[in-house]
Amino acid sequence: MNTPASFANWKIFWKRWGVLTVISVITLALIAYYYSKTPQITEAVLASTLRQSVPLVLGALCGLLGERAAVINIGIEGQMLLAAFLAFLVNVYTGNLLLGVLAGIAVGALLGLLLAFMSVTLKIDQIIGGTVINILAIGLTGYFYKVGLSAHGKLNPIPLGPLAKIPLIGPVFFNNPPITYATILLVFLVHYVLFYTPWGLRTRAVGEHPRAADTLGINVYLVRYVNVVVGGALAGLAGAYLSLEAVGSFERLMTNGRGFVALAVMIFGKWTPLGAWGAALLFGFATAMQTQLQFGGQLHIPHQFIGMLPYLLTIIVLAGFVGRARPPAADGIPYEKEG
Amino acid sequence: MSENQTFALEVRDIVKRFPGVLANDHVNFNLRKGEVHALLGENGAGKTTLMNIIYGLYHPDEGEIFVNGRKVTIDSPHDAIRLGIGMVHQHFMLVPVFTVAENLILGAEPTKGLSLDLKAARQAVVDLSQRYALEVEPDAIIEDLPVGVQQRVEILKALYREAKVLVLDEPTAVLTPQEVEELFVIMRQLTERGVSIIFITHKLKEVLTIADRITVMRRGRVVGTVRPQEVDEAKLAAMMVGREVVLQVEKSPAEPGEPVLQVRDLVVEDERHLIAVDHVNLEVRRGEVVGVAGVQGNGQTELAEALTGLRPIREGQMLLGGKAVPPRNPRYLIEHGMAHIPEDRQKHGLVLSYTIADNLVLCTYYKPPFARGLQRNQAAIVENAEKLVQQFDVRTPSIFTTAGSLSGGNQQKVIVAREFSRPVDLLIANQPTRGLDVGSIEYIHKRIVQMRDQGAGVLLISAELDEIMSLADRIAVMFRGKIVATVKAEEVNREQLGLLMAGSPASEVLGQPQPAA
Ligand SMILES: Nc1ncnc2c1ncn2[C@@H]1O[C@H](COP(=O)(O)OP(=O)(O)OP(=O)(O)O)[C@@H](O)[C@H]1O
Ligand SMILES: [Mg+2]
Repeated sequence: MNTPASFANWKIFWKRWGVLTVISVITLALIAYYYSKTPQITEAVLASTLRQSVPLVLGALCGLLGERAAVINIGIEGQMLLAAFLAFLVNVYTGNLLLGVLAGIAVGALLGLLLAFMSVTLKIDQIIGGTVINILAIGLTGYFYKVGLSAHGKLNPIPLGPLAKIPLIGPVFFNNPPITYATILLVFLVHYVLFYTPWGLRTRAVGEHPRAADTLGINVYLVRYVNVVVGGALAGLAGAYLSLEAVGSFERLMTNGRGFVALAVMIFGKWTPLGAWGAALLFGFATAMQTQLQFGGQLHIPHQFIGMLPYLLTIIVLAGFVGRARPPAADGIPYEKEG
Repeated sequence: MSENQTFALEVRDIVKRFPGVLANDHVNFNLRKGEVHALLGENGAGKTTLMNIIYGLYHPDEGEIFVNGRKVTIDSPHDAIRLGIGMVHQHFMLVPVFTVAENLILGAEPTKGLSLDLKAARQAVVDLSQRYALEVEPDAIIEDLPVGVQQRVEILKALYREAKVLVLDEPTAVLTPQEVEELFVIMRQLTERGVSIIFITHKLKEVLTIADRITVMRRGRVVGTVRPQEVDEAKLAAMMVGREVVLQVEKSPAEPGEPVLQVRDLVVEDERHLIAVDHVNLEVRRGEVVGVAGVQGNGQTELAEALTGLRPIREGQMLLGGKAVPPRNPRYLIEHGMAHIPEDRQKHGLVLSYTIADNLVLCTYYKPPFARGLQRNQAAIVENAEKLVQQFDVRTPSIFTTAGSLSGGNQQKVIVAREFSRPVDLLIANQPTRGLDVGSIEYIHKRIVQMRDQGAGVLLISAELDEIMSLADRIAVMFRGKIVATVKAEEVNREQLGLLMAGSPASEVLGQPQPAA
């Protein structure tokens, strides 16, 4: 009598976690294999994977906070870019890295406020609202950017004492610069907020059935504003990461489409923080591999093709193995109060 | 003066205007503690508007509200909830992907530290369902539940917030007869515990069964308040509509002609790829109404969708006018004389954000006179709309009003007007009068009989026994995807139909027509 039930449970487990389990096992096996052969390169690739994923996860967290409350944000690219620029400028003029990061966060949040105002209060089409932000950011950074400015230092790795000495794991996880650490924490924090707190429940309700939320006395507009602004702050942090942690200076259009890739990462991650992190790590890994291949020079393939690798790998793995997810039911629809 | 004190809720001189509509015109209404007060009225009479005002969703233009004799202002549902008012909306307000427990606590969440306390939420569901004998599974996902259970969740939501005044806006429109009985038991239990209930419905029988007092509204005004002992169905109907209503359909015996729809061994799957329609055979001839009776969820929806080209047919054959129809091609069906009144008028019947005029040409917009080459012919579209709105008595400020802002009954009239305005050989009507007032029901029934007498075949799918009994010439009973019996309407009675719908074998129910003989 017990067998069919446990068999059914097993089937359910397999359906939910099967793909993930297989991928994890294969990944761990591969890592172990390569680590035994070329420890340095393996460490470098994995560390780079984590860092490449940072702006993507932060962008995806921004996107999914908004969309869970039914506000589509395609302005993440612009939020990151302008934040990267202002974080850089503040650092240039004050010499303070922390102030720079805070400025980046503030700029992202402000642009979030602008997006919320356009899409929640004015009920402008959300795609247009996001486009406005992107164009604004490109215009402002292009106009005010002066060649020749240089930042005062950059955010450097902080080894976490003895933890950083653990082979493989230490250099990858416990020897990172501050925004990378913060991002890992933020993934779990957003996951917790979204799925384990009243605020998260309300956010998801507002994204699925705003009228139902309204009839229970939940302020739909407020929930949307807060989520979009907080999301903006995260995108701003991603911008600060690019200029102050990854590069240490600002370049024109330095976000290079990461804001849009972040949206893809969000969708592949099925609008969940942990899923998005997984997708971002995959993308980061492919990018790290691409760098290895290009500089390793064993392969004689035009570098454009190698450059396509991250995108191809991401599409194949995610489209092939991860099933379709459905977006929040009210995604992108402005809420109209009646009466 | 002390009268005042005893009202759980009272509204005085409420006025609410929408563009072009006076939805509430100096409405006075009161609710005693522990009573069931029924609110009756035509579609668009302003019942839902009044309830939305009480619940803080609409703001009245004029008027006062009193709760327990104290004057209050209700600016949002938040205020209403705080004052002990709960509402079960005409269209449910549940988050489909959440569990029962999550829906219950939404907006008033129990917490442990910063976290949601889902364990407490589950416990609350269990406690409440035990206390009020409203059985629900706390971890079930709403979209997997039948409507009757969803409604219980809605009621639990109000009780969880300790509602003393409960508004039920057309709670029975989507329920099976058994579920209605269960609801009435629940309502009685609630009033015994001091809850006062406002009960909106279009079904006069229900009103006479459950209500302590009845208030009738017409065109935004209160016509009067009566006790059930003082009235009967005909009187109530007359009060609602303002004239005598023929509750019984008048029709001559059918004169069936050649078959217009033939269905052989039809198999159709539902969303989850389970078999919903299981080898169904059906025939509809010109000049007859074939009723498909059945408790909701026995495959009628899928059957209608398959026959109208909205859902793929897995096996079997469908002939329209003797010819096999191409798969999944609604336009072919429309052009070959099929008309369809869909079950869900808001989803499949209308484009809610389009004007009435545009909705009226949804099936014919690409043909002259409504199209000239690639262009729309606005003049013809307007003319068509004006004619139909008049002819079918659609109550609307203008033909350029969006379909979404019409009341339910008027939305249905727009669909009927569109479908009946072209040559029809076969009408598929799925729950054509759900949520409609007696006047509109009378009207639509008359039209269906008229259509039959003009030589069209009608397939009427309905969960209302009365509707099937009074309209159909032949009745097919559907149970778990199968047609379990097909009988002539005059050879079967209500009880037998009820038993067949509940799954009793046909041989038992119909086997010995005269057991004594
Ligand atoms: N949000 C709105 N905007 C414009 N008009 C509205 C709105 N809500 C209702 N109305 C109009 O107000 C009138 C009353 O509508 P209401 O929904 O209160 O009717 P009802 O009595 O509940 O009808 P039904 O029995 O069909 O549900 C109708 O003419 C309707 O078109
Ligand atoms: Mg109503």
